[in-house]
Amino acid sequence: MLVELGVTHVVWLPDSAIGQWEQAFENASQFSLVRVCREGEAWATAAGLHLGGMRPMVVIQNTGLFESGDAMRNVVFDLGLPLQAIVGYRSALVPNSSDSARHFTEPILKAWGLDYVTIRSPEELPRVVEHFRKCRTAAKPGVALVAEGSM
Amino acid sequence: MSTTEKERMPLVAALEVLRSLRDQQIVLTTMGAAREWPKLSQHALDLHYIPSAMGGAPPLGLGLALAKPKCEVIVINGDGAMLMNLGSLVTIVASGAMNLTVVVLDNGVYEVTGGQKTAAAAAHAPVDLAAMAAAAGIPSVRRYQDLETWRREAPQVVAMPGPRFIVLSVDPVAEYQLKSPGPMAQRLDAFRAALAGI
Repeated sequence: MLVELGVTHVVWLPDSAIGQWEQAFENASQFSLVRVCREGEAWATAAGLHLGGMRPMVVIQNTGLFESGDAMRNVVFDLGLPLQAIVGYRSALVPNSSDSARHFTEPILKAWGLDYVTIRSPEELPRVVEHFRKCRTAAKPGVALVAEGSM
Repeated sequence: MSTTEKERMPLVAALEVLRSLRDQQIVLTTMGAAREWPKLSQHALDLHYIPSAMGGAPPLGLGLALAKPKCEVIVINGDGAMLMNLGSLVTIVASGAMNLTVVVLDNGVYEVTGGQKTAAAAAHAPVDLAAMAAAAGIPSVRRYQDLETWRREAPQVVAMPGPRFIVLSVDPVAEYQLKSPGPMAQRLDAFRAALAGI
């Protein structure tokens, strides 16, 4: 998927939904893995990569999305960079979950005006590529939510 | 050490030393440096990070360094902004980027909000940003409090193995006003064009 999108750098801080991809990221020869300590760093690092002509993908958890809101706001809206992110969606598949991280994820993406798709099974993964290609064509940022437990 | 009770150098003079050594490096400025550097330098590879997300300059510079590994990147940061993102020191080391220098202008206050003390300046025990950078694994770390020593050693310091971390104790500026040097979109277009040439 990331190779198909021509991603050059994955800038990430893992969670339980996307953490299982670590080995694949480490082994990938087509892109580099940049590990950050805090999600806000991920957006800024991706911004620098993008300005330098690279094609980064931010990969973080939804709680990290909340934490990194100001960093994202700055690079996406102040700097106008059409960055893309894959965001682990904690508790997304838990029926009647009371997890506030789940409750606020989609409303916050809507509030930020970020176009997103939600992936709830491996069969839906092709929608990620389709979504990011559409965002790239429109020169706008995009997010793919990957439901915890869906892969 | 924190900047509360020690010698400091004038901000502009400290930056002038850096400018005198500047060649074809990318220079990313934020906070007080973004106000003063444009008075000293007009270079296509300067990016004044205004508006910013406070703490974002080191990772932004890291992204540029990773994207342009043959080019040196200098980030001129504030101490308050550095305190806000200390983890980025570890990220820089973990990334393997060697073409990055972070310069911290340490005045102990948040100038943009009126000069209130940082937590480090208010701490009972001295806070040593340089020691933090060294502990994070940054190989070349220096701290300067007086201008003459900084001026004398700077040529060697900027040539040390990267990544580098330099703390300059500087005087706070009393009347602070930070203005964007122009529309970000236009500035980024020009900066991208300059980057494409290196």
